[in-house]
Amino acid sequence: MKIIISSQSELPIYAQIEEEIKNQILDGTIPEGTLLPSIRKLARETGVSVITTTRAYSDLESRGYIASQPGRGSIVLPQDNKLLREQYRKEIKEDLTHAVAAARQTGMDRQEFDSLLDSVWDS
Amino acid sequence: MDLLSVEHLSKQYKKTQKQGGFSLQNISFSVPAGYICGYVGRNGAGKTTTLNAIMHLVRPDSGEVLIDGVSFEEDPVSYRRQIGYVGDASYFPKDFTLRDIREILADFYPSFDMKNFDRLAARWELPAKPKIKTYSRGMKVKLMFASVLARDTKILILDEATNGLDPMMRNELLAMLQEYVEDGNHSILFSTHNMEDLQDIADYIFFIEEGRKVFFQAKDELLEEYLLVRGGLSDLTPELTGRLTGIQKNEFGFSALYPVAENCVPPAGLLSEKPTVDEIIVHMLRQMRETV
Repeated sequence: MKIIISSQSELPIYAQIEEEIKNQILDGTIPEGTLLPSIRKLARETGVSVITTTRAYSDLESRGYIASQPGRGSIVLPQDNKLLREQYRKEIKEDLTHAVAAARQTGMDRQEFDSLLDSVWDS
Repeated sequence: MDLLSVEHLSKQYKKTQKQGGFSLQNISFSVPAGYICGYVGRNGAGKTTTLNAIMHLVRPDSGEVLIDGVSFEEDPVSYRRQIGYVGDASYFPKDFTLRDIREILADFYPSFDMKNFDRLAARWELPAKPKIKTYSRGMKVKLMFASVLARDTKILILDEATNGLDPMMRNELLAMLQEYVEDGNHSILFSTHNMEDLQDIADYIFFIEEGRKVFFQAKDELLEEYLLVRGGLSDLTPELTGRLTGIQKNEFGFSALYPVAENCVPPAGLLSEKPTVDEIIVHMLRQMRETV
């Protein structure tokens, strides 16, 4: 398992840890059934607060990537493809909602938004 | 379980009362086992008075401090033994050597582990023979940490303790502090007027100004409450100004805190980024100064 935290990132530290672990679960680097390091060990090793790593793990748990059992630690769950697609769909929708809200806030019209989307899609 | 609990601590200093009057007013907070709390504020805000009250170096007018559920009055010996204190200034007699101090600590604290102390002293290259007064500031700080980490304690109380340490040593110390709390049975309270590298490891932040609590909350929550925005002076519309906290202007632009809320993003054209704890505090102090 590899975790790299950037101080320049737009994402808060807990979200960065979450992303790193999630991506490694999804691409198979961390196989299902793997016992993740404890919240406290991860905090010490990465030099971040315990509350930060606790948040990362509880988010991963609520999104179905890991299961945590008191006293036993956190285990990587099998990733069902259909569930995964649904999960991605939800995340994409969330991101799009943010994008549309930001576009409305700045007074962007639909046409301009679509052409922006096209340019991102094709890039 | 709280290893440190401070309840309604108040202290009024009569002497300085004439010069504006300093007091500590109704300070309450607690640090649960296994967590690190930063006690932040300007010079003179009341940080050292609070820590000294915890250490029983000053007597509060009212309020109570419990270490692992026990007050000083109930059991002064155990209270003292549970705490490892490192101050801003060296508290060892100047004419003593490291060896003298080692002997005294071994007599005084049953849990003092000489081997552990020697290991730390060797690792930090602390000379055994010269008197403490010949030590550099960094060496004195290392000696205090070695003397505290060499015995069993429940909580570390650190008063501006990382001042004067070089970056390498600060880095090493941070790792040791995290190691200290890792088992979930130890806690740390540190005071500082400069969060810098302590920002990452702190779980909670207590911010004190003029003897009063401004906030006490989880650091991650605090960092999510604000964005730091920057822009030109012409961007400061009355509507935006009303929303911002602690606007800091210069000839060419401004910076301020923008409270994060649902469906409410900073106007386009402003640069917005994640603030550090120090940046949040600086802007809050500016806001407080302006509303006085």
